[in-house]
Amino acid sequence: MPGKVAIVAVAQNAGAESKDNFYDQAYVVTKEVLDKVGLTREDLGTIVSASSDIYHGGISCANSYYWETTGAFLKNASRQDGESLFAFFYGVMRILTGHYDTALIISLCKGSENPENDACTLMYTDPFYTRGIGLQETMAAAFQMRLYMERYGISEEQCAKVAVKNLQNALGNPYAHKKGRYTIDDILNSERIIDPLTAMQVAPKSEGIVAVLLASEEKARELTDKPVWFKGYGSSLDSFYLGDRDLLDGQLKNAAERAYKMAGISNPRKEIDLAEITEPYAFQELLWCEDLGFCDTGKGGEFIDSGVTQKDGDLPVNPSGGVLANNPYVSRGLQRIVEATLQLRGEAGERQVNKEVKTALAHGTHGFAGQCHAVAIIGS
Amino acid sequence: MAKEFKTIKTEIRLPYELAYGATWTKFFEGMENEIIYGTKCSKCGRVLVPARSFCPRCFVNTDEWVETAQEGTLTAWSYVNYSYFGQPIKPPFIGALIRLDETDVDFLHLIGGFDLSDFDLVRKTVKNGMRVKAVWSDERKGHVLDIKYFEPA
Ligand SMILES: [Zn+2]
Repeated sequence: MPGKVAIVAVAQNAGAESKDNFYDQAYVVTKEVLDKVGLTREDLGTIVSASSDIYHGGISCANSYYWETTGAFLKNASRQDGESLFAFFYGVMRILTGHYDTALIISLCKGSENPENDACTLMYTDPFYTRGIGLQETMAAAFQMRLYMERYGISEEQCAKVAVKNLQNALGNPYAHKKGRYTIDDILNSERIIDPLTAMQVAPKSEGIVAVLLASEEKARELTDKPVWFKGYGSSLDSFYLGDRDLLDGQLKNAAERAYKMAGISNPRKEIDLAEITEPYAFQELLWCEDLGFCDTGKGGEFIDSGVTQKDGDLPVNPSGGVLANNPYVSRGLQRIVEATLQLRGEAGERQVNKEVKTALAHGTHGFAGQCHAVAIIGS
Repeated sequence: MAKEFKTIKTEIRLPYELAYGATWTKFFEGMENEIIYGTKCSKCGRVLVPARSFCPRCFVNTDEWVETAQEGTLTAWSYVNYSYFGQPIKPPFIGALIRLDETDVDFLHLIGGFDLSDFDLVRKTVKNGMRVKAVWSDERKGHVLDIKYFEPA
């Protein structure tokens, strides 16, 4: 890589419904991330935001509304529609041009104000064919879950275990929206909304304005004693029609391979100390762990049974509680970067893992059954 | 329900008018006449259904129209038993991916033709890998629901 890029500060707001206004919240989080390193709006080099008109539909247009609240007006700024981890990489690239020494990546979503996630994801479909059948993200996930269980003998209990783990991990996360101590039975006996998925295996709709401040190597050394370095990134996108895809052989493997190559990682299971991944449906954490190369294909159930992914395990996955605990849809990938950064810096408070974290993985996904994936590797 | 803080309820409604284009137009003319059209890619030989103007994998034009079988095998399904804003079909219903015979991708549609209110019955009846066949509506209008659903064959 031509130069190094560091994360120098992060900020986020809490996921539960608040009485605060979107416009003001965006300002508060932006101000907080700049204040953490004493940067003024004038000093800030460039800004890349992430939001989605589908999740922003009630207020103005995502391309016009919040430029001043994120410090972006009069700046060379841009916006990514959809998953915010893609925006993260655009920010990295802007620094690598050599033209900016700082870049703010900010993702905005106030899920509490939106209709149900499924009402929004129904709009991902085309109006000619798939929308008439009522396809939306949760239906696609339910297809995928049944296939996963049947093809590899994964049990409903193993899937539910992800929700038990993540909602318990979230008890240590003041920003998490859903949290608590539940049993596997609690998860499986929650409303069977879309068999085989029960309600507690489906992520909520949460608030999340999430900011990451990037800097060039030289600037980073000036701004912080604890830079977290960008190491690698990869993404991969699958085709639109669900029926064209093998729902158990998706694009995360490709995205991960590209990120590992850039980061020089050959054995992810050994070289990655912690992962924050996007699991809007409980079973997906098991499937994504396979695709990330943390365990063999079809072994995601045994992998969680082994305890490796627990907060005190050898490879903690979602010590923050993940997306089942907090799902600010567009912001969730960038929130994984924030959580991984806090762990690398030893600043994760009650959710800090016990082991030493030197290399961490952040993952984001959007689209049906993992149509699009992005993976980032960061390290101390 | 009123919240403890001041809110405004708002809704965006905008009328759009989208062109079907030649491929969808022919596909839905087929549906009106109880025909399911696919197209075949001459490079990889796959039959894609619903019909496409090009093969996404080979990135070449598809050049042959195929009337596909109306029977096939159930690939994936879920039993939808909850509601959300804008849901186009009243629950409970069964969404499904179906591999029509002699085709190479799955066709998204519904499973039905029996009492869907009893989930235990549904679980006994519906299995991935089972054979299903299309049931046509008497009143067809060039719409995806000209096929009412696929029923166990
Ligand atoms: Zn082809």
